[in-house]
Amino acid sequence: MTGTTSDSGLHLPRYLREDAATRTPVGFPDYRSTGLRAPLRTPVDLPHRLTEVTGPVLGEDRVLPHDADLTWRNGGEALGQRILVHGRVLDSDGRPVPGALVEVWQANSSGRYRHVVDNWPAPLDPHFDGLGRVVTDSLGRYEFLTIKPGAYPWGNHHNAWRPAHIHFSLFGRAFTQRLVTQMYFPDDPLFGQDPIYNAIPAAARHRAVSRYSLERTQDNWALAFEWDIVLRGVDQTPFETDDDGDVA
Amino acid sequence: MTVDPLDVPPNPSEPFQPRSGQRGSGFLTGPLRLGTTPSATVGPYLAIGLTWPDGVYAAEEGTAGGFWIRGRVTDGNGDVVPDALIETWQADPDGRFASPEDPRGASTYPGFRGYARAQTLSGEFEVFTLKPGRVPDGEGGLQAPHIDVSVFARGLLDRVVTRIYFADEADANAEDAVLRGLSEDQRATLLATPGEDGYRFDVSLQGERETVFFAV
Ligand SMILES: [Fe+2]
Repeated sequence: MTGTTSDSGLHLPRYLREDAATRTPVGFPDYRSTGLRAPLRTPVDLPHRLTEVTGPVLGEDRVLPHDADLTWRNGGEALGQRILVHGRVLDSDGRPVPGALVEVWQANSSGRYRHVVDNWPAPLDPHFDGLGRVVTDSLGRYEFLTIKPGAYPWGNHHNAWRPAHIHFSLFGRAFTQRLVTQMYFPDDPLFGQDPIYNAIPAAARHRAVSRYSLERTQDNWALAFEWDIVLRGVDQTPFETDDDGDVA
Repeated sequence: MTVDPLDVPPNPSEPFQPRSGQRGSGFLTGPLRLGTTPSATVGPYLAIGLTWPDGVYAAEEGTAGGFWIRGRVTDGNGDVVPDALIETWQADPDGRFASPEDPRGASTYPGFRGYARAQTLSGEFEVFTLKPGRVPDGEGGLQAPHIDVSVFARGLLDRVVTRIYFADEADANAEDAVLRGLSEDQRATLLATPGEDGYRFDVSLQGERETVFFAV
């Protein structure tokens, strides 16, 4: 038996979509793996109904105590430059997203992932697995301690090297807000030849780059990098006007 | 206690600046006030960060009425994609979502999470779930039972989104506003077909029978 529910009085949010000029395309010719994988047909518009405006509740129950500190595994310290990565998760109208699960994964300081498919000749680190998870606080803030990942070669073109990056995964509140992305470090000399970075339209590339944070850098301990993540927000414009009759 | 002014939620009358890259350059002129963070591919090593021991269970193992949905993801050559991740999100059998964002109240269905994630490492993904109920379509009608699906993979710079409908729900499918907007061939790519212990649902990223993908 399948249940039914009346929709009388249902008022659903509509999530704003980033303009195509500042949104990463699914496929990008210079990134060769997209050639046979990125769909070729134009996607069909799906209106935001209940399935799209809801999303799973994933919080502290998905996180273990050591998940916010990637620098200590198997009873020892990972090699590399210790860094504190911190920032906020916001939606596009500037509201913090509290209680949001943030999943991260990355290469070690030599640029090697702990994964069966990664077998390029750089050493694994017995004290680094490259996995972290944190939940944002009531103001949408997150932070984790890790080591700076190394660059790694990937065969996309001759002498192709990925700029140092950390993979991020976020859910937000709604299916529409789901985001998987990569955080870069400022002024990386490898940006120019990296098609994954350059697939982001030029006007939006800076949003993927963290900034060095002197304020949070810890004396005699760790450099800090700050990166705010902005998820899609709700379109408020049709519903509110202020006293002057302007759209709020 | 001192408060960092930048940590205080912004005054809605003043645009707020994200602290990433160049400060102050994250604005759009449209209705979005902050530019959203651009997506990137999960890459080949997604298993490190995106797999959970209980990931495949949208409903707890052994839940009455539960079944498996299995399928392959194939590329433009018809080759199996072994390094994709599928995520599913759906209503419970009563048509409620396990989410505080459901304005009718969150699902209380026992053992139901409504969300699953599964790799295609073995050549197939599999998720264990329950048949979703029908939910309002916002226009006075009801949607057919469906599951929203995100597909992530190396070679996809953003997720692609599709929906699973059920071939054995012909009456409900005939009334579904989304399906009605598609051609017969397109509809066929969204229908999971009943099998031994559940359903099959294959995703074709490209080619003759390219799955219908949605812009959300
Ligand atoms: Fe990577």
